[in-house]
Amino acid sequence: MKKIIKYVIVDILRNRIILAYTIFLLVLSLSIFNLEDSPEKGLLSLLNIILIIVPLVSIVFSTIYVYNSSEFIELLVSQPLKRSTIWLSLFAGLAFSMAIAFFIGAGIPILLYTTGNTGLMMLVIGLILSVIFVSIAVLASVTTRDKAKGIGKAILLWLYFSILFDGLVLFILFQFADYPIEKAMIGISALNPIDLGRILILLEMEVSALLGYTGAIFKDFFGTTSGFLLAFAAMLAWALLPLWISVRKFNAKDL
Amino acid sequence: MIIATNVSKKFGKLKALDDVSVTCNKGECIALIGPNGSGKTTLIKSILGMVVPDSGFITFNGRNILRDWSYRNDIGYMPQIGRYPENMTIGQVLDMMKDIRRRKNVETDNDLVNAFGLHDLMKKRMRTLSGGTRQKVSASLAFLFNPSVLVLDEPTAGLDPVASEILKEKIIAEKKKGKLVLITSHVLSELDDLVTQIIYLQDGKLRFHKSLEDLQRETGEGKLNRAIASVMMNK
Repeated sequence: MKKIIKYVIVDILRNRIILAYTIFLLVLSLSIFNLEDSPEKGLLSLLNIILIIVPLVSIVFSTIYVYNSSEFIELLVSQPLKRSTIWLSLFAGLAFSMAIAFFIGAGIPILLYTTGNTGLMMLVIGLILSVIFVSIAVLASVTTRDKAKGIGKAILLWLYFSILFDGLVLFILFQFADYPIEKAMIGISALNPIDLGRILILLEMEVSALLGYTGAIFKDFFGTTSGFLLAFAAMLAWALLPLWISVRKFNAKDL
Repeated sequence: MIIATNVSKKFGKLKALDDVSVTCNKGECIALIGPNGSGKTTLIKSILGMVVPDSGFITFNGRNILRDWSYRNDIGYMPQIGRYPENMTIGQVLDMMKDIRRRKNVETDNDLVNAFGLHDLMKKRMRTLSGGTRQKVSASLAFLFNPSVLVLDEPTAGLDPVASEILKEKIIAEKKKGKLVLITSHVLSELDDLVTQIIYLQDGKLRFHKSLEDLQRETGEGKLNRAIASVMMNK
């Protein structure tokens, strides 16, 4: 397995896209921290950009990469290798590269410019989100044979998680404004890893007071250790569940 | 060595394999013959585990190949259309396969690499290769690890006469060592001096599985292509 991961990572690093992504994140975060007068404000600006960019690049790059390595996959499948080993190595290589790119591009500036938990939380959430969207991407690409369709699916999924989902939540909130649904909102937020990440970071920032009554409920829930652990478990599930389904699909796939 | 039992596979509505049962033993050189789309490649891919049959099962040395992978250590596969990572060089592909597949106390067999003169092309990227050179790489990879079973899908398609002669000699040499060779080909005249058994597939169904002598005796034709033609005419 190690050998295949090595070949995948070498191949990804030879691809300039991941380098460009790292430099882009680096320039972005450095300029934000230098423009804003306090690091806290810088983190807040960085938060919104990271929550949009990281999932987008992770999911689109990974989907395209999986399709482009179809030759590599085909070559390996006829060799004495376990199918799940091939697939998990591909995932591991992608997840590792995306995580490293995020760590160098955004993590190092965050560690340099900020102190305290908020920055650390953002770093961890960014890394987990990178992995989650690689996992969603491998699922999207294993279920679709056609490349164009698969990439379209990946972009739609990103659109859903970063924009449409919030619209749906707002819609539900307005429709059921007369009912006490604040507690249910906690459950609903677990359905979207990006929202989950945003809530976890915002609560660290102590700006949750701005979120009103729902914010107080969130604070009440996610502020406790068990709530916090539950949120992390939900994010972990978002990384592992699509991957697990994709391995099962790949094991039964005809090549 | 390889026993397929009632293997069926559907692609959508198309029945690529319909209740096919065959037995392949050591030391045989078996030709898989049939019109286009008769399921030859699907059968080969099922044996390799690249296609998962809908029903039926395949055993390799008595072990069911479903969810197994170690049996592929004993198989060298040459695909019909070799697809390789485009921006790797021939040398890198060969090194990678050696790295992934190398086993202790098994010598790699570089005969074909040398005979095809691939050493001079090691630095060429896969995407720049012609179809024939690609086939040479595929063939070299299939024989590289000294497998006891060789599965060759249209091995001579796209090869020039010299290269295809080299390949044929190599196949005969390996057959003499008691290896099982499975070949599909459309150029029947090429198979004459190679094969011992014929498997004829049509529309995904097994029409017959006979030894070459039996077929020649029944049809009264000496040449394989004549014999097959007379079988096809009678059906």
